[in-house]
Parts: sequence; structure tokens; C-alpha cells
Amino acid sequence: MTPVFEVQNLNKKFGGLVVTNDVSLSMAPGDRLALIGPNGAGKTTFINLVTGNLAPDAGHVQLSGEDVTRMRPAQRVRRGLVRSFQVTRLFHDMTPEEHLALAILQREGRSGQMFGHYSGRVRVMDETAALLDQLGLFDLRHLKVREIAYGQQRLLEIAMAMALKPKVLLLDEPAAGVPQSETALVEAALDSLPSDLAILMIDHDMDLVFRFAKRVVVLAAGTVIFDGLPEDVTKDSRVREAYLGSYADAGSTA
Amino acid sequence: MAVSMDQSLTAPSLVKRLADSGLIGVFAIVLAGAMGYLLMPNNLALLTQIVAVALLVLSIDLVTGYCGVATLGHAALFGAGAYGAGIAAVHFGITDPVAMTAVGLLAGALAGLVSGLVILRAHGLAQLVLSIAVIHLFHEAANKASGWTGGSDGLSAIMPNAFFGLFEFDLWGRTAYVYGVVLLGLVFILLQILVRSPFGMLARGVRQDQIRIAAMGASSHAVLLRMYVISGAVAGIGGALSAISTQVVGLDSLSFTLSAEALVMLVLGGTGSLYGAMIGTVVFMLFEDTLSAANPFHWLTVVGALLIAVVLFAPKGLYGTAVALADRFRRRPA
Repeated sequence: MTPVFEVQNLNKKFGGLVVTNDVSLSMAPGDRLALIGPNGAGKTTFINLVTGNLAPDAGHVQLSGEDVTRMRPAQRVRRGLVRSFQVTRLFHDMTPEEHLALAILQREGRSGQMFGHYSGRVRVMDETAALLDQLGLFDLRHLKVREIAYGQQRLLEIAMAMALKPKVLLLDEPAAGVPQSETALVEAALDSLPSDLAILMIDHDMDLVFRFAKRVVVLAAGTVIFDGLPEDVTKDSRVREAYLGSYADAGSTA
Repeated sequence: MAVSMDQSLTAPSLVKRLADSGLIGVFAIVLAGAMGYLLMPNNLALLTQIVAVALLVLSIDLVTGYCGVATLGHAALFGAGAYGAGIAAVHFGITDPVAMTAVGLLAGALAGLVSGLVILRAHGLAQLVLSIAVIHLFHEAANKASGWTGGSDGLSAIMPNAFFGLFEFDLWGRTAYVYGVVLLGLVFILLQILVRSPFGMLARGVRQDQIRIAAMGASSHAVLLRMYVISGAVAGIGGALSAISTQVVGLDSLSFTLSAEALVMLVLGGTGSLYGAMIGTVVFMLFEDTLSAANPFHWLTVVGALLIAVVLFAPKGLYGTAVALADRFRRRPA
């Protein structure tokens, strides 16, 4: 299958520190990929390079065969490359319902309309209600985001990404900060995502990674040291060294 | 689907729904307008000026209150509307008041586009400095182009025609006042529709988190620039109203002082709400007028003390604090 998302030889330095070292990666529609690695391995930098929040020193990012390396973040989103944030980024004075309605209207290119209230648009409201219900947020739909618990904000963060109906979804630690009692909701939400959507997830929760991912990529000191099946990752000597050995060792094997 | 909890907790109250629909606002504008007409019949010129400045303060609220842009140069948009309407009347013989208002609207929108293009290139403090630079440039341009603007003498002899050939602009300013109140009501309805629309919601999002806006695939800059043009149109209408009612346009309509005072009125009333903008204007200008008459030497001291009190004890402004108090009262179990 042709890749929907492809990264070629991506490089990024902060001063003398190489944070992304010749990373290449491709995903087909329907991929469930987990990107893991020790702290400081460059996972979030990788996401920022791919989404356009940082400019790479070298390399290319392609989306459905189109080179998006020079595009602004918003342009990439409109082409189907959507991310969620490790630390929740929401509008604190707006309600969950407003968030999702706005995301849906934006996806449909109607967020610039200067008349009418979103609640008068039946299809938008139906889709909003379905998403709210799916993530257990329906009862909170009229509360301001700053009035709801952080775990619920995390769920809304995922719902926002879902509302944009992406082709490629980058989830930066979707379960971080979600209470144990609600991680099942996050997992159910991830399971319910369309099967042809390519998902790349960063997480430290290995249980979640092994349940979710069909493929694992390990990043250490900015370099891809493993790309393969989840069942093989713990057997790999370089991965063991990266996690158990010192960073210096991980760097020298790179 | 989950059954919703107690309606009173989740559904907006009746008062809030009426406020959202703008009916309360229009009613309040008409009521306040009528009261002003009856209570201060000899001071209609002042009241008309309050209406004109209220339009300026509303226009600042659009970019500052709703979108989070800090500006001390917004009188440029007001002055552009005033000079636009005045020049149209004096140099081009466009003396129909509605046509003059339309020219003011367009001139204001154009000034909004120009200053938006400049100001929106920066953020935070640099943005504020750019806005000050813009107002000084507009001021200086109007000063130098004295052939068109009358320079520091002002542009005088603006003679608007009678309204539909029926209502003369009389010495007491009755026609101008009624026209101003009608304009304010119309602008308020349109702005209420705007701020409730998807675009208004997007603008509030821009104020709160531009990175999230980009992550949704929207462009903050495009939203802000569109809002600046709309804001310019509103300020331009205010400027035109001022030109029509006073029949003269001076450089003070393009001044840093007016920009700063209008921002103060907005903060006094409360940012991010159309009601706050209008309440702040009325309170500040009536206060200013009363105090300066009572004590011409120390009135500014009192205004300063009032502002400090509001910022310290009611940081959300008069309207914002009243709403917060009402909310708290409503939520307290009976």
C-alpha cells in the first residue's frame, strides 16, 4: 500500500545537540504505530518537526505523496495531519460542546461564518453529541473547560482530534494525566477510531502501547534504533541498552 | 445517550439567553436613549458624542476583548471614519448623512485593514508599540495633508443634508442624537450576531490559545485581520457620526489620547462583552462631564482614583463584575 505519511532523513540540531538524527519513517493507512524511547530521546521534537511547529535542518515530510515540509502547521492540518498535545491545550472559557462544534465547523470550512449559532446546525449538533457521548463528556457539555477535571480535559483533547477526521493522527501521550479509572475510556476511544486512519502514538505507558500498537519504533538520542513488531522490541539488545544502559552508551551505538 | 443532569445546572438561564439574543441590549439602548433625550434635552450634543465614542469602544472590544490584541492606536480607525465622512461632504459634496456614514464605514474599514496589517505582525509589547506608532503616523498624515483635512485648524463647514429631506440637523442636535441611537442599536444587533457566530467563537479561541487554533487547521492571522477590518468599519461609523453631529473634524479624533481613553472606558466597563463596552463608555463620559463641570482643576484626579478602584476591586470591569456576582448569587442553593 502507498504510504499516507512519510518522513525522509529528518535532521534537527539545537546548537551542537543533535535531537533528531536522520529519522525516516513511513506509515500506511490503518497503521497503529507507537513511538517510544527514553526521556530526552527526541519524541516530542519529532512530533513538532512533523507538524511544522519546528523547522527541520534537513529532510522531508510527505502527506499522501505531497511534500508538506515547508507548510505552516495549519495547512498541514487541513491536509489531514492532526495532532493532540501532551499537555492539554484547550480554550478555558469555552464548553466541550463549543470546542467540538468549532472543530467540526472548521473541518467543513465553515468556521468563518459570521451569522447564526452553531446550535442551530442540526448535523453539527448531532456529530458533537455523538462525540461527547462516546467520550463520556455529554453531561459536562455546557460547563466551561476550566471547570472540568484534567482527566476529562484529556478526553476532550482526543475528541478534538477525532472531530477533525484526520488521515494521520499523532497522539502525544494521550493517557498522560488521565486517572486510572478513566483510561478505559481513552482506550475505547482509540479503538473506535476509523480502521483506515494511520495513528502514531507516543506514550510511556507500556501496557497501553502493547495493547494498542501493531508496530513499535524506538527512538534513542534522536536516532531510530528499532522499527518492528511489539513482541520483538523487548528482545532487541539496542533497545535494552537504550533503556537500561546510560545515555552515553545509547548515543555511541547510534 | 446519557440523560442530562439537572437542567438548571447545564442549560443557560433565561436571562442569559435573552442577553445572548441581543434583545435586552437593544431594549437597553432604546431605553437609555429615550431617558437621555428626556432627562438631558439641553445636552444632546454630549449624548451624541457618547454614542459615537461607544462605537469606538465597541470596535476596540472586538479586537482587544474578543481577540486579545493590545492596541493603543484604535482612534486611527475612528478618525479615518470622521475624516472620510467630512472630506466626502466638504470636497465631494456628499452631504447625505447616510451616504456620509457609509463613506465613514469604508474609510474606517480601510484604516482597519492597513493598521491591522502593521500591528498584527508583532505580538505583546511590540504590538502595543506598533499600535502607538500607527496612531502617530495617522495623526501626522492628517496634520500634513492640510489641503484635505484643514490640518490643525480642523475640517469645518461640514453641512449634512436633512434626513430624507425631512429631518433637519437642528441646533439642539435632536436629529443627530436620534440617528446616533438608531445606528448604535443596529450596530449592536449585527455585532451580537457576529460574536455568537462560528467566526466569533473562533475569535475567542484565538484570544485563548493560538497554537490550538493552528492545530485545528485555522489561521489566527486571517481571523485577526478580518476582525480588524470589521472593527474599523464600526469605529468608522462612530467617526462619521461624530463628524455629522459636530459638523467639524479635528486632529483630536486621530489622537493617542482618544485611543487611550477609549481603552480605559473598555476596561472600566469590562472587556469581552458588548454590554461592558457600552456601559464603560457611558459611565466614563458622564462622569468626566459631571466632574469637569464641578471641579475643572481636580476632576482628572478623581477619574484616576475611580480607575484604580475598579482595576483593584473589580478587575473584570463594571459589567463583568456584576455578571460574576449575579452568577454567584444564582448558584447559591436557595
